[in-house]
Amino acid sequence: MLGALIIVFREVIEAGLVIGIVLAVTRGARGARPFIFGGVAAGALGAGVVAVFADALSQAVAGRGQELFNAGVLAVAVVMLAWHNIWMARHGRELASELAAVGRAAVAGEKSFVALAVVVALAVLREGSEVALFLYGILASGETGAALLLGGLGGLALGAAVSALTYFGLVTIPARHLFAVTTAMITLLAAGLAAQSIGFLQQAWIVTALSETLWDTSAILPDSSVFGRVLHTLIGYTDQPTQLQVIVYVATLAGIAIATKLAAPPPRAPKTVQAPAE
Amino acid sequence: MTRFRTLLAIAAALAGSAATASSETALELSIKDHRFEPASLTARAGEPIAITVKNLDATPEEFESKALKVEKVVAGNGEITVRLRPLKPGRYAFAGEYHEDTAKGELVVE
Repeated sequence: MLGALIIVFREVIEAGLVIGIVLAVTRGARGARPFIFGGVAAGALGAGVVAVFADALSQAVAGRGQELFNAGVLAVAVVMLAWHNIWMARHGRELASELAAVGRAAVAGEKSFVALAVVVALAVLREGSEVALFLYGILASGETGAALLLGGLGGLALGAAVSALTYFGLVTIPARHLFAVTTAMITLLAAGLAAQSIGFLQQAWIVTALSETLWDTSAILPDSSVFGRVLHTLIGYTDQPTQLQVIVYVATLAGIAIATKLAAPPPRAPKTVQAPAE
Repeated sequence: MTRFRTLLAIAAALAGSAATASSETALELSIKDHRFEPASLTARAGEPIAITVKNLDATPEEFESKALKVEKVVAGNGEITVRLRPLKPGRYAFAGEYHEDTAKGELVVE
């Protein structure tokens, strides 16, 4: 039972953290919640579908389907996170300024909620399909069903607790700083996902350059441990990254940071007309 | 940028899907009753390796190896191919993540 709990918990930590962060980012924006929970529901539904077609997926593209699917899902999430940060840099001031009515901020922020809802959906989709497979395996084998299932559900509950803890931890940050903190967190999250995405492409031999391991800290902090998983999600920590993963990580970090800087309206400048980002 | 790279990657994969390297060492591995059969595989160093993992159980499994940097789901009664680049001599452990206590094995590269 404990084994099942740990396995499921390890899988759902990632999605749990992402949901917690996104909830904190959209705090105070009325109208964001339905988007986020819609994202969770869509992701869960998608996870079930992926689990059902797991075999077909791994047979696809000469046995590379799984890796391509994972890499693709991660890449889309990176784009969405980057876009959200850039969008917020443009409009963040009016959203964050205490003068802006909450209702207006929600309308202005709606576009970026969609991006965040997609990010949440993809996180749930990726982690959820493995959880679904695992739980299905328990049910199908009738091994020692009840106890294992209980463990699995316990793992899910713990994952939800991670979401809640992340959210409540973040919202204790004064509103003035919360924006800066979540912007940084989203940038790190995106860089980590980009590195993971490349990792899958390297696993499938689609990208072959720079696949040597750069360092090995698996003895000190394995990324399969709970704490390792948390760091893995938050800052993209990997205990044995390839050279290319580290390069992609740094490039994504720099790319989003620079793009966000460029998008930010110049301080104290007269109001500039901005083209809608579409 | 990442999106573009993924598109490129997919194109490359589709183009290369028909061609498999002939110099690959082909290995076979089955999963039965949540155990690997054989539990120990041997391969030569410096040659690319392709391991076909056949899951004879009705339950899904996740073939996982930190040492080989592989993490791949195998559906119940399904099979997957795990591709490995040329490796240095050594012992590389792998496991079935859903049944870690029984599904254990290693790849010996010499």
